[in-house]
Amino acid sequence: MTTLLLEPAPEARAVRTRRPRPWGVWLAGLAALGFGVAAAAPGLLDTTDPLALHLDRALQAPGPGHWFGTDEAGRDLFSRVVHGARPSLAIGVGASLVSLSLAVVLGTLAALGGRVVAPVVDRVVEVLFSFPSLLLALLLVALLGPSAATAAVAVGVGTAPGYARMVRAQVLSARGSAYVEAAVALGHSPGRILRRHVLPNALRPLVAVMALSIGQSIVWASSLSFLGLGVAPPSSEWGALLEAGRPYVAHAWWLTVVPGLVVVVLALATTTLGKHLQAVLERSAS
Amino acid sequence: MSAAQHAGPTGRSGEPVLSVRGLHVGFARREGVRDVVHDVSFDLHPGECLAVVGESGSGKSVTARTLVGLTGDGALVRAERLHFDGADVRGLSARDWRRTRGRRIGFVLQDALVSLDPLRPVGAEVEEALRLHGWRERRARRAKVLELLTAVGVPSARARARQRPDELSGGLRQRALIASAIALDPEVVVADEPTTALDVTVQAQVLDLLAEQKRRGVAIVLISHDLSVVARLADRVLVMSGGRVVESGPTREVLTAPRHEYTRALIAAVPGEHTRGERLSPAPAAVLPRPRAERPGGTVLEASGLVKRYATAEGSHTAVSGVSFSLRAGRTLGIVGESGSGKSTTARLALALTAPDEGVVNLLGRPWSQVPEAQRRERRKEVSVVQQDPLSSFDPRWTVERVLLDALPPRRSRTAGERRARLRELLAQVGLDEDVLARFPLTLSGGQRQRVSIARALAPEPSVVVLDEAVSALDVSVQAQVLDLLADLQRALGLSYLFISHDLGVVYHVSDDVLVMKDGEVVERGSAEDVFERPQHPYTRELVSALPRLAGQRAEEEAR
Repeated sequence: MTTLLLEPAPEARAVRTRRPRPWGVWLAGLAALGFGVAAAAPGLLDTTDPLALHLDRALQAPGPGHWFGTDEAGRDLFSRVVHGARPSLAIGVGASLVSLSLAVVLGTLAALGGRVVAPVVDRVVEVLFSFPSLLLALLLVALLGPSAATAAVAVGVGTAPGYARMVRAQVLSARGSAYVEAAVALGHSPGRILRRHVLPNALRPLVAVMALSIGQSIVWASSLSFLGLGVAPPSSEWGALLEAGRPYVAHAWWLTVVPGLVVVVLALATTTLGKHLQAVLERSAS
Repeated sequence: MSAAQHAGPTGRSGEPVLSVRGLHVGFARREGVRDVVHDVSFDLHPGECLAVVGESGSGKSVTARTLVGLTGDGALVRAERLHFDGADVRGLSARDWRRTRGRRIGFVLQDALVSLDPLRPVGAEVEEALRLHGWRERRARRAKVLELLTAVGVPSARARARQRPDELSGGLRQRALIASAIALDPEVVVADEPTTALDVTVQAQVLDLLAEQKRRGVAIVLISHDLSVVARLADRVLVMSGGRVVESGPTREVLTAPRHEYTRALIAAVPGEHTRGERLSPAPAAVLPRPRAERPGGTVLEASGLVKRYATAEGSHTAVSGVSFSLRAGRTLGIVGESGSGKSTTARLALALTAPDEGVVNLLGRPWSQVPEAQRRERRKEVSVVQQDPLSSFDPRWTVERVLLDALPPRRSRTAGERRARLRELLAQVGLDEDVLARFPLTLSGGQRQRVSIARALAPEPSVVVLDEAVSALDVSVQAQVLDLLADLQRALGLSYLFISHDLGVVYHVSDDVLVMKDGEVVERGSAEDVFERPQHPYTRELVSALPRLAGQRAEEEAR
């Protein structure tokens, strides 16, 4: 009868939580897949030349022959949007990588830098924070000249301080955890503890943040291009498309509305997927 | 509208205020309804306290919540009879329950910090209960709040009422919670683990407060896992296990002459003076392999004049002040104290996880606290730690196998086969099956997690193990098994334990020598028997007398 004293297994106690997958996530996944294909192999979605001029077909409204209409030089807008996916996504992903790498370095140093380094890094992050990002971007463009790479770096540097704060908090909480104390008590070296416990646990939430940040970076980069500080025409990067359509706002709404909507859809899709990923990771972590 | 309205303190004669027959509570699952409470029946009379005792998963809390109509969505409550004050409450809607709860049935939850609104002053919290139940006039409400807080023993109630829960101590918070539960003079108070998070002296005060309510004619349903708390307050006991009542009867009878095997095991599992040197759980002693290395003799861990200060907003707070101790090989030194006594800081100092401001710690006769960490790292395998909450002490990304492999000293076992063999040996020592290796600690039970934690502590083959509240989070029967395991390991491996706990019974059970700490200082030291049987310091006397004992032990003492 001693079995009476056994604890109930946690499986028996656990409340089963199985949520139906929301349709929004499926939709976002589909959209992301579409953008991925457009960036990887634009020829699959569109066989026309995005740069082919057809002056006879200039400024046609969206219709059967041209889903998204044509621009002032008769170039097919759908084709341009599809071919613009690659530079746009490259800037988005590039900016996210720049931003998060910078954030990991700054955040870790701010958390673990000790009495000398940490306050200095803290101040640097604060200065970056208080500096208007657009001004910073202008500065970088002035130094490096407008290009896709400059746009990615500018956006990356502009958004890094927020993530650096997050990394700092995560590193501090991991370092103060009981499992790190246990590792210290086992006699492991600080380097090993940092590699095996602190960084992996601190950086885990960044996976989801990365997905969120891609969409935001593309919006940012588009605004840079719109101001003429990003990728220059005739590239069909979406921000550049927006800027190119600006003079025709009154006559050809589709030249601005369509690229704008595409940016919105991409940002929505990556944000939705990022949030979903975050929820999944949190569920598996807790 | 208080005592006069209720039946007198003896009150057994009249009608029961609560009457339950054949209560079943189930929760809807995909595969159908799963009952977690089976066939519970009892009567509760005014001025009486009924205790529902059981361990995690026994169904005691679900039973309590059913009595106040808070079973939750998806719960299926069936009963032949569920009468409150003569009226059937089975079909009561959520709205009807809101009218009854608070006014006629008070509910006290375990952790007042979680149950009270963190942004609201406690006075406003108590006032809310009055306002919801028709106290329209503000001035009268305020006066009543102060009266209630004073009645539950909150000193300078006017000032306290304006403070938020996090500004109050655990005991004051629990009293505020009780004040809001009794604000409307309910006939019944359901208290779910009302003293579990509290220090023993504060626990005694809260129990006195509940006893006072009982004298005034309030009927109390006390939910607890702690038999000594039950012994102090309850008139009758229901013992629950696996959702069923396995035994019921007058408290004294159940605790002194338990009829059911489960009750007997539960009572035998409670550590204390009567259990020293005996096994607490019915499981036989584990057969353990011999240690590889000879253990050093003499004093293994020695501290003298330890002082540790922390900087605070108001200057500095002295957490540990002038603490000295010595731990002899193969023995157990217990450190007992309430929260804030500095016992955990002492543990951290002993482990050299924090450096003392004054004083020294020596390990195996060599300086330990005064050498640089780089020199200490090599020697850390000599002293291990078992932390209070095992789950948070494991990296959440790691399986049990990875946790244990990480703790193996690199030189001892070089090949994968050797490491594998060592893991098997460690698991055997702590009584775990090999299939836990692939699992994440999150999926293990509390007892299994603490066993993994002990296995990790044993992996470097230490001579000293620091146990910081190592059994505090466990159910009493699991605690019994873990304490037995620790005793077996100590005997087999010649380990020395520094055992830190707030639980006097546990410390008395395991310790050869004891330090009693209060406000960072050692107020009493000596052999366990001297300290607990002949306490000299007034604080130790207070602790020992506040310690609720089982009725059986009390009876024996009276007979002496």
